[in-house]
Amino acid sequence: MAKARGAIVVDIEKCKGCEVCVVNCPTNVIRLTREVNGKGYHYAYMEVPEACIGCANCAVVCPDGVITVYQVKE
Amino acid sequence: MNLKDIIKPENLVYSKTPLLTDNVMSYCPGCSHGTAHRIIMEVIEEMGIQSETIGVAPVGCSVLAYDFMNIDMAQAAHGRAPAVATGIKRCWPEKYVFTYQGDGDLAAIGTAETIHACNRGENIMIVFINNGIYGMTGGQMAPTTLPGMKSSTSPFGRDVATMGNPIKMTDLVAQLPGTYYVTRQAVHKPVNVRRTKKAIRIALENQKLNKGLSFIEIVSSCNSGWKMTPVQANIWMEENMIPFYPLGDLKVDGELVKK
Amino acid sequence: MRELRLMKGNEAIAEAAIRAGADAYFGYPITPQSEVLEYLMAEQPMERTGMVVLQAESEIAAINMVYGAAATGKRVLTSSSSPGISLKQEGISYIAGAELPCLIVNVVRGGPGLGTIQPSQADYFQSTKGGGHGDYRLLVLAPASVQEMSDFVKLGFELAFKYRNPVLILSDGVIGQMMEKVELFEQQPRVTTFDPAWTVTGKPKERERNIATSLDLDPYRQEKHNYKLQAKYKAMEENEVRFEEFDCKDAEYLIVAYGSSARISQKAVQLARAKGIKAGLFRPITLFPFPKQEISALASQVKGILSVEMSAGQMIEDIQLAAAGKVNVQHFGRYGGVIPAPDEVLEALELLISGGSK
Repeated sequence: MAKARGAIVVDIEKCKGCEVCVVNCPTNVIRLTREVNGKGYHYAYMEVPEACIGCANCAVVCPDGVITVYQVKE
Repeated sequence: MNLKDIIKPENLVYSKTPLLTDNVMSYCPGCSHGTAHRIIMEVIEEMGIQSETIGVAPVGCSVLAYDFMNIDMAQAAHGRAPAVATGIKRCWPEKYVFTYQGDGDLAAIGTAETIHACNRGENIMIVFINNGIYGMTGGQMAPTTLPGMKSSTSPFGRDVATMGNPIKMTDLVAQLPGTYYVTRQAVHKPVNVRRTKKAIRIALENQKLNKGLSFIEIVSSCNSGWKMTPVQANIWMEENMIPFYPLGDLKVDGELVKK
Repeated sequence: MRELRLMKGNEAIAEAAIRAGADAYFGYPITPQSEVLEYLMAEQPMERTGMVVLQAESEIAAINMVYGAAATGKRVLTSSSSPGISLKQEGISYIAGAELPCLIVNVVRGGPGLGTIQPSQADYFQSTKGGGHGDYRLLVLAPASVQEMSDFVKLGFELAFKYRNPVLILSDGVIGQMMEKVELFEQQPRVTTFDPAWTVTGKPKERERNIATSLDLDPYRQEKHNYKLQAKYKAMEENEVRFEEFDCKDAEYLIVAYGSSARISQKAVQLARAKGIKAGLFRPITLFPFPKQEISALASQVKGILSVEMSAGQMIEDIQLAAAGKVNVQHFGRYGGVIPAPDEVLEALELLISGGSK
């Protein structure tokens, strides 16, 4: 079975740090930053990028539609 | 493989639909509205019907839906969206018309308009966001607030003996001959989002066939109103809201689903 | 060829709506205007012109159906009578706020509350001063005959679209129920083009999305929107004043009355003239905009003004404002559904002349 590698890009200034993506990531890739964005929110980022499979679950549940997902099948 | 090799246009698998505007969502962090908005817009984009779709959003948090939905819209008075949508659809039977209403709007002040639009079998889609609370006005008790649930106007919990019972509008409208497709879904997990999106697609396809009214309840969280974090709110919703408002289809192709 | 027909005022409204090329009617039964909906249902305008007719579940639903259809640029109307019009006020305020064109017909009955089913003119304040919440005006036409019931439907749609504003035909149970000869105008085509600047018809690629709304949470933008509305109402005051005069040229005493009261008052003027009293009748046709300047001019000419209304005295306030203290203005009215007789009006006029008042 082909293994998929993925990556997400977060629109940092629009992310509100709700963490819904964090708990819905099947491979525990996402965390919230220590730093904050312009509105004072800790925003989502890939803490474990090598574990991302590009399944897009995070983007699908993101209430603010701030996640873009890329995927490569190896 | 490093990130630069993955993040390339040809590897794109998911991005925000252009049918959502670039305005920053004014909803609270973790609010179900944003997800519901997005999947409706995704379906409209996928069906290629932006120029044939008219949305109606009434009063409540959804009153600003037109800031985010990049389609023609009419804002309606509190509870009156099904009547406004009826006026539009009767004059433009070939267009896709939908309403987007919260529980206070649809199940309290707009009960008559909801029941009668459903009963007439208007060829529209009603999206019903049920979070059991009045969000915009600051977390007051809604017609769908659960027994015992606290809100700013039921600070000791909803006492059904004096405050009445929560109303299951979706079960009610499923009984009416004018509804063709009635379902209850959620958007707190990826699998639920995908199911809800599918339901929206079915509802809009039904409009094309003049089959009658499609009614989609989305059991939602209002973490601000519930005084929880977004993640806690979704867990609370699963443990409390969904047992009371169970997910699944209630009516498909005009036939009640047998339990 | 002239097409003459004997019709009830309510039927004339309905027939004129079809002929004016209306796209839709949404209504709810209430006496004394139910013939509008009944006539339309029997006439099957969908077959004649493609016009939609729907009996709504309430007046509230009906006016919101009007809001929806009007937002898409369709020609749409509703009708009701006083208690039902009260129910519609929320929707009317939204329609005015969102600047949507539509036609509303009020066949007024006695109030307050459920009142009576007999004719009245006690909804003048509600019609001309706002009715619902917020600073807005309706353009108000007051027919005094079945002929005008028909003509004002066509005129009403024209004015509604000219100003993108709701137009109200303020009739009453007399005009709605009585039968008269009407010369019907020819069938107008239904409009098939919709202004891309504001109509909500589905967003094509080449334009920005259109939104019909009365909401703007930014107070400064909302104030600007209100300025725009006020400028529109001012333009109506400059361009749309309509009225009719009988024997006003040499009049020493003036009766001001609209609608069915004007018909009764015209007879009273004739009775007065027969007795040697130089009386005249001024009939406002538009109640908003009110013919202020004309009444102001007449107030300089006459020795006294009698306002005749089937109410406790509502229009009299506008007459007094126009007369600006130049002359004595008195009220005569019967209300609660009672129609005044010409000799009662004459008596009130003679009382005014003798310097007395009730």
